[in-house]
Amino acid sequence: MELLLLILIGILYATGIFMMLRRSMVKLLIGLILLGNGANMLIFLLGGITRGKPPIIGETDKVLTGVYADPVPQSLILTAIVISFGLQAFAIVLLKRVHALIQTDDLNDLNTPDTSI
Amino acid sequence: MIIAVLSGFFFAIIALLSGKPIRKNMGWIPALLPLTLFIYFFSLLPALASGPLRFKYEWVPSMGVNADMKLDGLSMLFCLLITGIGTGVFLYASYYLKGHQYLNRFFCYLSIFMAAMLGMVLADNLVLLFVFWELTSISSFFLIGFNNEEKISRRNALMALTITGAGGFLLMAGCILIGSASGTYSINSLLASAGNLQQHTLYGWMLLFIFAGAFTKSAQFPFHFWLPGAMVAPTPVSAYLHSATMVKAGIYLLARFTPILGHTAPWNITLMIVGGITMLYSAFHSLQRTDLKEILAYSTIAALGILVFLLGVGTDAALLAAAAFILVHALYKAALFMVAGILDHETGTRHVGLLRGLGKVMWPVATAGLLAALSSAGVPLTYGFIGKDLIYEATLHAPSFAVLLTAVAVLTNIFVLYAGFQAGIRPFAGELPQQYRQLHLPGWRLWIPPLVLALLGVVFGLLPSLTDEALIRQVYTSIGGQGTLPPLKIWHGFNTVLLLSGITLVAGCLLYFLYAPSAAFRPLTDKWQHFSPEAITIKCSRAFLKFSNWYTNLFHSGYLRAYVSIIIIFITCLLGLKLVLDVKVYFDIKTNISGIRLYDAVVFAIILAAIWKSVSTSSRINAVASLSVVGYCICLLFVIYSAPDLAMTQFTIDTLTVVLFVLVLFRLPPFLKINDRKVILRDAVLAALFGAVISIIALEAMNEPTTKEISRFYAENAYVMAKGKNVVNVMLVDFRGFDTLVEITVLTIAALGVYSLMKLRVNSTTKE
Repeated sequence: MELLLLILIGILYATGIFMMLRRSMVKLLIGLILLGNGANMLIFLLGGITRGKPPIIGETDKVLTGVYADPVPQSLILTAIVISFGLQAFAIVLLKRVHALIQTDDLNDLNTPDTSI
Repeated sequence: MIIAVLSGFFFAIIALLSGKPIRKNMGWIPALLPLTLFIYFFSLLPALASGPLRFKYEWVPSMGVNADMKLDGLSMLFCLLITGIGTGVFLYASYYLKGHQYLNRFFCYLSIFMAAMLGMVLADNLVLLFVFWELTSISSFFLIGFNNEEKISRRNALMALTITGAGGFLLMAGCILIGSASGTYSINSLLASAGNLQQHTLYGWMLLFIFAGAFTKSAQFPFHFWLPGAMVAPTPVSAYLHSATMVKAGIYLLARFTPILGHTAPWNITLMIVGGITMLYSAFHSLQRTDLKEILAYSTIAALGILVFLLGVGTDAALLAAAAFILVHALYKAALFMVAGILDHETGTRHVGLLRGLGKVMWPVATAGLLAALSSAGVPLTYGFIGKDLIYEATLHAPSFAVLLTAVAVLTNIFVLYAGFQAGIRPFAGELPQQYRQLHLPGWRLWIPPLVLALLGVVFGLLPSLTDEALIRQVYTSIGGQGTLPPLKIWHGFNTVLLLSGITLVAGCLLYFLYAPSAAFRPLTDKWQHFSPEAITIKCSRAFLKFSNWYTNLFHSGYLRAYVSIIIIFITCLLGLKLVLDVKVYFDIKTNISGIRLYDAVVFAIILAAIWKSVSTSSRINAVASLSVVGYCICLLFVIYSAPDLAMTQFTIDTLTVVLFVLVLFRLPPFLKINDRKVILRDAVLAALFGAVISIIALEAMNEPTTKEISRFYAENAYVMAKGKNVVNVMLVDFRGFDTLVEITVLTIAALGVYSLMKLRVNSTTKE
């Protein structure tokens, strides 16, 4: 399964970057979200994946024993998901405002490239 | 001693703050500073006979950089010149620029310059010397560009700074090289171990760097062109910086390093060739100028060439000649510049063709001009005569090419004489034109300084013993002269040297009477203008500007995707190269793979399909829906692989995002229809490569065994210490509680941002 996840991460990164290179603002956002998912999966995979053993201490136990999923990457990813939601929400609303102002989805119309010296 | 050096900097600040009194009537007060310093240095002169004076000051002892000062013959000569001529120039400037609105600034720059110059000639440490060296360049920049409202001033100031700055940069390299090759930055220690560096393998580089510094500063060919340009500065500056002191800094450097690096074939030959070319080139050019200051500028370059040339000849006689000629030249050239300045000030022109007969209205100025011109010509009984005698003496007895060297020296001296007569005699001789009849003698502050300097040239000429033992011999010893040479005399008897002097005088006078300065030859030389060092420098700087403009625009297109592309290309290439070269990619099946079950494969297939759809669709709703499918599938993966908290969070967040997206997208236009296949292909290749690199890195990371120390700590302590059964939860809200608090803050800020953006009412028509 790790092999499949590796491929998945590669694809998520690739499509994320690809979408960020488009001219449309909406596509830029989609790319950002894909990239975020890719990063989460990367952390998840590198922490080591374990099937069916969540890091929850049993009713009668006091410590986690035996084989269990690593809680550290999980808490990292949890933070990442929430933060990236903050970013996405803000970006989406910003997109709406920009669109309300300049009536376009084209990033090129936002540009004022530095003129030559 | 250090107070003497730093007083100039303190005074500069005071001068800057006291603009009003200096502009009003107190303009002569700044001249007290160089005068005091002059008296101070003069009082130290007798002490010099018993060896150099040393002053120790600690600065950065851990790096061998100390603010040590040393006063030997060479430093003393320069100190006296700097403060002595400085007194004259300060006085002169107070009248010359009387009432100028930035007079206080002028004195500020001038004091800084004087202090820097003193520091440079006194420094006994290479680093200290370099610091002061650069300070003279910078203060010179401000002084040249003093009339900063004129474009030509700014341009020439920049040119001078560029050339001397570049030289200074190389000098720094030279200092560091010498410092690390010899293990000491102290000039005194270098002198003590003189001769060791000549055998060093990097000797050639040391020479190159030191020469670069000296030649740029002292305006040697091919770096000479900034000096005529620097004549846009007010005349006191030209007299002070660009004839008597600053341009001699390069000479000082070469003289200082003569005992340390000199007396080798590369040293001598380079200096002789460069000095020789400079002498002839600029002496010839001075013939074609009609502006007084330009004539003097070229003859100054010629004189600097003579000095470099003499140091290159390097025999004892040549060193003595150089020592004497520094003083000779400073005296007459500063006087001539001041005279030229007076003429400019009174008549408003510096064109030699227009200035006639002024001796009738300002005889003291004429006297000063005449005496200085005679000294520059080397007429007997002037100090210039002694200086020229010594030069011929040195070239005649040079170890090789004596005849050629003598011929070059004679030719240059003829032209120098010509330039001196043009500036010092021609404007005062002949009929007084009608328009100058109402002129009268300017204030004493203007004509006393040049007169004193010119008179000194005669006094020293009549009584050479005044300067001989006390000063010139000290200079001679400190630049490495060893043999005993006959004392300076007014009269050497009839010999070859006298004959050469006679030839110089006669030929120079003939030239003066037969050839009036004109620009007749200018078109001829201007043809070569495209190949002149100046034109090449300007072309180089233009090309550099163009290049940097192009380079900046190449990377700063202003398009987000261009920046992203550059970053991704860079990372991909860098990491890709490393992966290809050094890393053996393999997949360890035994340790790393867990079997693929059916539902894994199904989820994977769904994600792939959803990603594909979200990328390829042209409908926004489809794209967002596919995106949510990707999110939910990842959510499923979390469920399968033991991360229930993640799954819950992902589910919630994904739902929220989609809702928000749909709410907003409802109003947006459809995707742009941009189907440039080439661009898409290019981006796709780049993105695929980047994805591959990430995958391979992840694979490599998986092959490394991970430590589970931290996880184990949480697993063992989650319940024991924090009374929670869900380890992930306990970590977030307990062990790393503050992190979570900050995270909440971030979310709050984002929420505030979202809220205010939603509420913000922008009238799209007015705000555009």
